[in-house]
Amino acid sequence: MEGRGPWYLTYRRLRSNRFALAALALFLAIGAFVLAAPLWADWVAHTGPNETHTTEKIEVGGEKREVVNSDGTPIGPVWLDAGGRFFLGADGRLGRDEMVRLMYGGRTSLAIGVGATVITTLLALALALLAGYYRGWVDTAISRVLDVVWAFPVMLLGIALGTALAISGIDIGPLTISGGSTWLPLLIIGFVLVPYMARPLRGEALALREREFVEAAEAQGSGPLRVMLNELLPNLLPTAIVLATLNVVNAMLLEAGLSFLGAGVQEPDSSWGSMVAEGVEVLATTPLLTILPGLMILLTVLAVNVFGDALRDATDPRSKVHLESHTGSYEPDRRAV
Amino acid sequence: MARFILRRLAGMVLVLFAISLIVFAIFVVIPSYDPAEAIAGKNSNPQLVANVEETWGFDEPLPVQYLTMMKLAFSGELVSYSSEANVTEQIWEGLPATFSLCIGAAVIWLLLGLLLGYIAAVHAGRPADRVLTVLAVIGISMPVVLLAPACLYFLAIQTDLFPTGGYVPLSEDPLEWAYHLVLPWTSLAILFAGFYSRVLRSNMLEAMEEDHVRTARAKGLTERQVVTRHVLRNSLIPIVTLFGLDFAAALAGAAIVTESVFNLQGVGQYAADSIANLDLPPIMGVTLLGAFFVVLFNTLVDLAYAYLDPRIRLGESAR
Repeated sequence: MEGRGPWYLTYRRLRSNRFALAALALFLAIGAFVLAAPLWADWVAHTGPNETHTTEKIEVGGEKREVVNSDGTPIGPVWLDAGGRFFLGADGRLGRDEMVRLMYGGRTSLAIGVGATVITTLLALALALLAGYYRGWVDTAISRVLDVVWAFPVMLLGIALGTALAISGIDIGPLTISGGSTWLPLLIIGFVLVPYMARPLRGEALALREREFVEAAEAQGSGPLRVMLNELLPNLLPTAIVLATLNVVNAMLLEAGLSFLGAGVQEPDSSWGSMVAEGVEVLATTPLLTILPGLMILLTVLAVNVFGDALRDATDPRSKVHLESHTGSYEPDRRAV
Repeated sequence: MARFILRRLAGMVLVLFAISLIVFAIFVVIPSYDPAEAIAGKNSNPQLVANVEETWGFDEPLPVQYLTMMKLAFSGELVSYSSEANVTEQIWEGLPATFSLCIGAAVIWLLLGLLLGYIAAVHAGRPADRVLTVLAVIGISMPVVLLAPACLYFLAIQTDLFPTGGYVPLSEDPLEWAYHLVLPWTSLAILFAGFYSRVLRSNMLEAMEEDHVRTARAKGLTERQVVTRHVLRNSLIPIVTLFGLDFAAALAGAAIVTESVFNLQGVGQYAADSIANLDLPPIMGVTLLGAFFVVLFNTLVDLAYAYLDPRIRLGESAR
């Protein structure tokens, strides 16, 4: 192990953690599942996520069956008996293919979970670097703004932004997004979660700023940008990566909650959260429509949680990053102090 | 302590002001809609829009509009134009259900989380700990949008063990009140219970390494005395802050979903119904009052924490 960098050590520790590998495999499997959506839709189910089959009949194992019964109950899972069509049954009165919707809905959910996290991470790193490098009033200003956004309950902030913007969309300068676009929940979630990552990172950046190697770099004539990008950033990255992994969980759960309430992904697009919302309407007759998308959220979040915790243990067994991503606390990482 | 309280309260007032500005910006400034038309809602007609324009003063400069909105929100004159109901009254009516849900759930998650965390820490590394770890991770990952409908379906619709929803006021029938709330409480509590058991476990394991615990063992205290008096006590302090934050987060977050699944008719469900109808005034009211309550509550928790742990207030004033 001598002479190996910290990244290699992290990799070694992760590789020997069976739970982490299983979680990663589960996440990749879910990723492959949603990426295969167009393949399944075109080649197996021969339908799209929003195509309705209300009055159609399909042949299940030789007998003709209605996709939607006359009383409005959709057909249940028929597995491969109809040649792959309606593998998991139909989704209610409209008779859309549940399997296809589950795959396409997952694309939205994962895209928002990961996309919002990318936005949160970039913003949080930029703010932490600025606050950590310049300290003084720059830090005070950034911290106060973060404090206010952090004090605002995320769900309420998401609901307020989600409904107000869903009515009108955004039209600020060059940025134009229509009200029904999936970019809206993605941007909103990316924005409201920033304090949860920026506050811990800022604490760490401030502590790193005091270290000798920063002084050495400045003595060699490094300017602000160089110190931030070459000295502070590489040392912030391990924490940022772990926080980002766990942030995917927060983003996905927030998306599920917002879409469930109608303040997230808008019709005709769907996500696992909005599918649960539709399913709950007919919970008593077709519980599967609620359980399936809900279970997909659970499995994804579980995989990311287990992998994120393992990643944290592998980078620094003593850190409390999971707690920080939950509370967005200021407690700086003790390793950096 | 007095100085600490004053500083904390001054900070709180500033945060409240900033939050009210954000709410104003979200509903009036940022969106590209005509605010009067959007606020009028789905029953909008030219007469109503003109009416809203007049009441909200949308022809005035922005600072005046801001003041008008705050006056409407805090004087109880905020009205939903699509349901023609007073928003403050509606929120007021929903409060008992919402607080019943959140306080009951909080009691459950604290008891359950702390009990399981304690067991896991005492048996660290042994099978009991492993099983609890797996359960806790599943609990932490459980989305309310799955747990609440699943509880409703399997324990109420299919088996008739519990009522399928609705709220019975505590004053009317305490037993029915609790019976109707068992499932909502559980749905809301599981996530936090899992998290608290993890936090307490890691706090306790950390505290067991400390010198004063070794001293306690060395002077011959029984294991039970060491754990309860020296380990558990210190491990519980951070839980106070965490609890303050999470109670507020549950109230202004997961409770909204839980209420609407179980038809509890609380503030959360009022918000959820208003979102479905794109009815802005109630959403404004709930957002503003909800955020205000959360900030107030967190300030109180901070003060309690500073009272419990002198290191906080001393550290703060030394800075």
